[in-house]
Amino acid sequence: MKDRAGWRLYLPLGLMLLFLLLPFYWMVLTSLKTRNELLNTPNPWWVFHPSINSFISLLTQTQYPQWFLNTLFVSVGATVLSIVVSFCAAFAIVRLKFRGARVLSTAIFFSYVVPPAILFIPLAAVLVKLHWFDKLWALIPIYATFLVPFCTWLLIGFLRSIPRELEEAALVDGASWPRIMIKVILPLSVPGLISATIFSFTLSWNEYLYALIYMFSSANKTISVGLTTELMRGDVFQWGQLMAGSLLGTLPVVLVYFFFVEYYVAGMSGALKD
Amino acid sequence: MSDTAPVSPGPQARPSGSWLRRAFDRPNVLGPLLAAPAALILLLLLAYPLVLGIWLSLSNAVLGGTPKFVGLANYIQLFHDSTYREAVFYSFFYTICSEGLKLSLGLGLALLLNRRFRGYRLARAIMLLPWVAPTVLSALAWGWLLNPQFSAISWLLMKLGLIHQYIDFLGQIWPARISLIVINMWRGIPYFAMGYLAGLTAIPASLIEAAQIDGAGSWTIFRRITWPLLLPVTTILLSFSTIWTVTDFQLIWTMTRGGPLNATQVFTTLAYQRAINGGSLGQGAAIAISVIPIMLILAIVALRTTREGK
Repeated sequence: MKDRAGWRLYLPLGLMLLFLLLPFYWMVLTSLKTRNELLNTPNPWWVFHPSINSFISLLTQTQYPQWFLNTLFVSVGATVLSIVVSFCAAFAIVRLKFRGARVLSTAIFFSYVVPPAILFIPLAAVLVKLHWFDKLWALIPIYATFLVPFCTWLLIGFLRSIPRELEEAALVDGASWPRIMIKVILPLSVPGLISATIFSFTLSWNEYLYALIYMFSSANKTISVGLTTELMRGDVFQWGQLMAGSLLGTLPVVLVYFFFVEYYVAGMSGALKD
Repeated sequence: MSDTAPVSPGPQARPSGSWLRRAFDRPNVLGPLLAAPAALILLLLLAYPLVLGIWLSLSNAVLGGTPKFVGLANYIQLFHDSTYREAVFYSFFYTICSEGLKLSLGLGLALLLNRRFRGYRLARAIMLLPWVAPTVLSALAWGWLLNPQFSAISWLLMKLGLIHQYIDFLGQIWPARISLIVINMWRGIPYFAMGYLAGLTAIPASLIEAAQIDGAGSWTIFRRITWPLLLPVTTILLSFSTIWTVTDFQLIWTMTRGGPLNATQVFTTLAYQRAINGGSLGQGAAIAISVIPIMLILAIVALRTTREGK
């Protein structure tokens, strides 16, 4: 059934969407402007002489390509690690119900709400002791500290929805628990795993505080850190380059999101529910 | 040896094989084993730092020095620290204002999107972008939009005749405070809208129809049916969103770094400045730890609500 959608729907909705999309329009617009047009234009809301010079100088004269690869490496690594670890933990908590499973699931919920803001100072001390400072791969286990609680929580909710009869039938047939986990539960968990993967990837890609503090050499920086520490020096910021870099740094998560929008939404409401 | 009983196969006919294989098949062995990696990561990199943080906050630790126990000295110092008080004020002001705005506008957006109109799928997909996109990168775009000399927003307001000179959005106390709230709201609206959309779809249509037949207007329906049914969702959305907003760092650090004159200082930015820039880890840790009571209350509220009805 389609509603009569008059101006009372489209006007507020249109205004809201304009507001929500404004910074993205601004990134695109600014990244296409020449230096001259950035400072001197009859109308800043449009680009009159589009050019891709900002992109070229960003990719050839800065370490941006390196930062991009670093972000990709850390995000993929942290996602893979967290998904494997979280699936095992969630399976153990929901299906095996071993002694201590309840305590563990509550502990995981509480670690989900411990924000990086509380941890970053003592964690720095821990990293110094471990000699993990300024090591790019160190971000992978560090990001797992917020990804594992989130993914486990999400997968616990998902695994609860898989009917018990399935594994009971397999147990009667003489299948072992490891076999049930791999052959029965894992294939049924794919939608939940996709949701968890997308969230983990997005959360790692967007992380800032840890990467800002623990990585200091330019070659180890992520996109957000590189742009804000290396391209925002001095009085005159390279706005064209900054916006080109922001645009390229936003695209991967946006693409992933558009490909998997249904899973994203399911994951978000799943995380809310359970 | 006639009295040797046959080896019992156990309570069920379980797969045989090496003892290792049989051990892996027991929930009380396999369970802890599978949960161990998660527990290990969280113990080493989350629980231990948390405890260490509490100890640091009770010490005079500085970068590179040996920490000595000083009791509550850091906390007492914070109590008399006017910058800390400003950070507490703005943390609360920032959180309360932006939560209120996110909640009401997010709910409004969800109500608009909760119908089938032409393009509703696309509208739903693109409205989540602020939430999905990396905060630091969109904050950079906002920073350029609000630039004191080249702000396109000031330009527009000038053309409309609403102002006579460019506004220094991020360089003056109240404009900076309000700008950050608006940008936080911009990022958070989709989260609330998404959560409320899920909540709205769970409300049975028959309930609304019955009320309509009884002659209830749309405002009455909203107040008496929709809103009460959305209350549990509201509690969860609000507690999680508040946890993230109270401890927000990225947005404020990218745009104002707590300035001008500490006007937009929050817990996190101040902890960062004291500990990382200033080197006094003890002070910084005390600031960070002082947020824990708030987190704990919110976490318990969220946990209670999510586990309800289970």
